[in-house]
Parts: sequence; structure tokens; C-alpha cells
Amino acid sequence: MNLLVRLGAWSLGSVQRLGRGFLFLLAVLWRLPAALVQFRLLLGQLYSVGVLTVQIIVVSALSVGMVLGLQGYNTLVDFNAEASLGQVVALSLVRELGPVLTALLFAGRAGSALTAEIGLMKVTEQISAMEMMAVDPLRRVVAPRFLAGILSMPLLAALFSAVGVFGGYLAGVGLLGVDGGAYWSQMQAKVDFYGDVLNGVVKSLVFGWVATWIAVFEGFDAPPTNEGVSRATTRTVVHTAFAVLALDFVLTAIMFGD
Amino acid sequence: MNQQRILELSVGAFVAVGLAALLVLALKVSNLAQVNRDGGYHLTARFDNVGGLKVRSPVTIAGVRVGQVSDIAVDPQTFEAVVQLVVSSQYRLPRDTSAQIYTAGLLGEQYVALEPGGEEEYLRDGDEIQLTQSAIVLERVLGQFLFNKAAGE
Repeated sequence: MNLLVRLGAWSLGSVQRLGRGFLFLLAVLWRLPAALVQFRLLLGQLYSVGVLTVQIIVVSALSVGMVLGLQGYNTLVDFNAEASLGQVVALSLVRELGPVLTALLFAGRAGSALTAEIGLMKVTEQISAMEMMAVDPLRRVVAPRFLAGILSMPLLAALFSAVGVFGGYLAGVGLLGVDGGAYWSQMQAKVDFYGDVLNGVVKSLVFGWVATWIAVFEGFDAPPTNEGVSRATTRTVVHTAFAVLALDFVLTAIMFGD
Repeated sequence: MNQQRILELSVGAFVAVGLAALLVLALKVSNLAQVNRDGGYHLTARFDNVGGLKVRSPVTIAGVRVGQVSDIAVDPQTFEAVVQLVVSSQYRLPRDTSAQIYTAGLLGEQYVALEPGGEEEYLRDGDEIQLTQSAIVLERVLGQFLFNKAAGE
């Protein structure tokens, strides 16, 4: 009986939160044009969301690309097909690993920071202070961060894929002696700009949207206590990972399913 | 340099690097640079069997890639495979050019090899290549070989 009550309360709570999230998204979207005009605020957020994430993206992409190169080589060399290494590395990066890993790293590096920042603004009553001064916090605080996240993600994902392909080149051609010309030409023969690269960009746009939405909503919705902010930060990372992985399956099924 | 300029500079560099990465993906990683979606002319070729030929398979002359397969369909009347080729317009082919389907290596991908003939007139957009040779299907060759072997004994 007690269990049923708790299950019911949990379900109602989840649905209510989801609804709040959607209303929050609509309210932010309504203020996005205003965020475009507030150039200074957007610039600062592009710096903290985008520029500061570049470092971890480049390092992870290089190591992921090199691991792909090594593992792909070990598998392909059994079939005397190591010339196809470029194709394997580029397709896996551009279609899947680039957008997905970038979104996960983005949630860890930028999303958690966004949640903590907005949450702390609530704890220290800066948000309430803004409302008192008739400054719209959604417009001043949330909209520039949301826009910066959406703009940064595709750039970061493209950077991830490009650096990863270069990492695969380092491992495959530099260390293992695959022919450099074959690496690039096989890649170019099999990677389609519209079918593969642009679909990857669409994926990263969707992931950027979802990751930033979750981050700013969790921050704005966090209970204004120390514990509340720390929980909200954790939830941002976990929920973004769930959402990105689930969405990735759906998007892959739509884009590459046939 | 003051704080604001450093901020603007780093954001500018970030956007530039991101766009450069997209450009690398478009030109160096994918086929955007070499494919001629509009800058080529179309040819048709009919084959009895295309084997594993696919849309976007390469079209070569003397082993050099000059275009790609844009469409493969079956003619409902003759049951032949009708293959549409896009060839870069810088290559003009004589009318008696022949088309063969070959395999790159034993297990590699299949491609259309064009062998230019010696006629004076050139193929134009939409023309059909008359001389074709189908793909070699390994099972059929093996079957024929076994059949001949058995008949010979």
C-alpha cells in the first residue's frame, strides 16, 4: 500500500517536472531573439561554454581517434583490408562518436557548470534580486546560456571529428605503417558529405539543444539549498547522458536505418 | 590588451577553429570536393548483371576515378540492369566507349571501368554506352569450372 502510494507520488512528480521543463523551454525560446541582441552576455557565455570546453574535446578526440586507428588496424589487417582504416575511423567518428562523445563531455564540462552557476544564483538570491529590480532572469541569465550551448555544440562536435580523424591518421599511418594516400582516398570515397557529415551536424545540434536545456532547467529548478544544487548538478550529467544516448538511437534509426 | 578584447579574441578563435573543422570534414574527409553532382554529364549503360555495384560506386578510366554511379534500376521489359553514370565534364568519351564492371582486388568493392574507343564523335549527356560487360559473379565462375571439370572426365 505504502509502496503504491510512493510509486504514484513519484510518477506524478516526474510528469509534473517534465511539464515544468517544457514550459520553461517555451519561455526561454520566446526570449531567444532578445539574447541575440545582448551581444556582450552571449559572448561571455560562448567563452565559458565553448572556449573552455575545447581543451577536453581536443584531448579526448585525439585519444579516441588513435584508439580507433589501433583497434581498426588490428581487426582489418586479418582481412588484408588495412587500407580501409580511414573509412572505418572517419565513418565511426562523423556518424556516431563525434556527436555523442562531444555531448557527454559537454554535459560533464559545460552542462554541470551551467547548472551549478544558475543554482548558486538561486541560493544566493541573485535571481530573486533580479526579479525585484524588474530584470527578467530568464532573459538575462538563461537565454544567453541556452543560445551559447546550442551554438557551441556543432562546432565542438566538428572539432572532435576532425581531430579524431587526425588521431587515427597518427596511429594508423604514423605508427602502424598504413599507406597515407590510401587512408585519405578510401575515406573520401566512402564518406558522403550530405549523408554522413551533415547528419552528424544535425545530431550535434539536437544533442546541444537537449544538453543545454537540461542543464539550465536543472539549475533554475534546483531547490535553493547546498544539497539541492549538488543534486541538480549530478542530475544534469546523468539525465543528459540518458537523453543523448536514447536520442542517438532514434536519430540513427531515422538517418541510417534503411 | 584589456579583458574584453581577450574574451572576444578567444571566442573568435573558437568559432574560427570550429568552422575550420567543419570545412576539413567537408573537403578532406568527405567526398564533397571530388563529386560532381551538377558539374558532370549523365550516361546510361545496360548490364545483364551488376553484381555488387552500388550507387556512388566509382567510375574509372584507366584506373583513375572520373565519376560515380548515380542510379541503378531494372528495365521492366528486358530485365536488364540500367546503370546511370555521372562523368566529370572535362572528360569527353568517344561513341564506341565500352563499360565493364570490375572488382578492386578479390574482395574489394566493384566499380565501372570505361574503355574509350577510337571514334571521332563523342558521347553526349543522356547517351547510352552500347558495349558493356557484366560483373563476374564468383559462384557462377566456380559453377562453370566444376561443370567443365565434370564433363571433361
